[in-house]
Amino acid sequence: MKRSHRHAKGWPLAALLGAVLLGGCAVPEPWVKPYERERLADPIMNVARDSLSAKHREHIHDVREGARGANGVQGGGCGCN
Amino acid sequence: MAGLVGGAVVPAGALAVTLPEDKAEALIHLYDGGGVKASGPALLVRKSLADKVSLSGSYYVDMVSNASIDVVTTASPFREKRTEYALGLDYVYRDALLTLSVSSSTEPDYKANAVSFDIAQEVYGGMTTINLGYTRGEDKVGRSDTSGFFDYATHWRYRFGVTQILTPRWLMSANLEAVSDDGYLGSPYRAARVFGALVPERNPRTRSSRAFKLGSVAEVMPRTALRAEYRYFYDNWDIKAHTVELGGSRYLGESFLVDAYVRHYQQSKALFYSDNASAETTYISRNRQLSSFNSLTLGGKVSFVYAQVPGKYEVKGNLAYELVNFKFKDFTDLRTGAPYDHRAHVLQMYVTATF
Repeated sequence: MKRSHRHAKGWPLAALLGAVLLGGCAVPEPWVKPYERERLADPIMNVARDSLSAKHREHIHDVREGARGANGVQGGGCGCN
Repeated sequence: MAGLVGGAVVPAGALAVTLPEDKAEALIHLYDGGGVKASGPALLVRKSLADKVSLSGSYYVDMVSNASIDVVTTASPFREKRTEYALGLDYVYRDALLTLSVSSSTEPDYKANAVSFDIAQEVYGGMTTINLGYTRGEDKVGRSDTSGFFDYATHWRYRFGVTQILTPRWLMSANLEAVSDDGYLGSPYRAARVFGALVPERNPRTRSSRAFKLGSVAEVMPRTALRAEYRYFYDNWDIKAHTVELGGSRYLGESFLVDAYVRHYQQSKALFYSDNASAETTYISRNRQLSSFNSLTLGGKVSFVYAQVPGKYEVKGNLAYELVNFKFKDFTDLRTGAPYDHRAHVLQMYVTATF
């Protein structure tokens, strides 16, 4: 019939356009190159740069507060009350 | 309440996957607040072998003299020493850093041993680092007036984190940690209050929690960085907590680095917590660490480079201080009947050497 014939004609064109557009949606290339990462390695960008100091701080929080976790401490134990 | 503390520290903004640098740290720490004084030395040494493996060892001592509000109103002051040893092994394999560590903590009435395994994997051209971690802890619980141990506690921790480089001067990270505990999770010395009378506390023998933290750090100007963190915590004891921390670091001159930060912590009470229960329930606790309270911390740190030979070694002296204000909503001072609040001072003096 006339109507269905018109729709069948439009489909291949739509599929071709979709393929071209989706082909452009690739994951972007890493935009910060290794030689640009010098500033990120600076101690001021690392909160827990001094291990013992960070560990002591986390110990106080774990003992004095009810919350625990997601702080980068691997976890030991104690009977601190 | 026995908790999972101590152990080794994996820097939260763990970036490039390389073997951690060789270093030694010596610290004297002090906590003084709410009648509790805890202080002691700590040592850490880390050395790499053949550029493939890094070994670390640490020693940590807590000498506690406890005259806290609980102790003063319901028991008698005591002194105690806790010693903790930890050993770690780091190994770089292609784009991944594998870390195995063990720790052992001993005090007169409590022994805690833990094993941890962590992986930091670089992906996406090194722009993204994925962290996975697992810790298993096994504790033996005793009490000072009897010999031997009367109970146990087991802990499991599962960690997942992603650190993403956004620009050459900006990092973001997201961390998730699930903790489960089984066994004796209270204190044999602490009393709960029911109808005005003191009774031994009764805690559930299991606990399960989740914590989710988002953080960001950026170098906003040359030699100056700002950071912000938010953590949401909830568990099956009905505790919900929010932690917000804002801080900045700045180099001053050639030899100084200063940090300043503010931290706000707020939690809502555990389901079975009560300052003075008016009903008998299966579980009951008057542990103020499980009550509704908030705390505000102001902290600062100064580091100065004492000696330096670029490429060879660097020795730094550091001094850090925190003032913490605790305000309890539903925990009262038994001596006055008013909601309890107290200040705490935290001091750290330490030397770090990288070589």
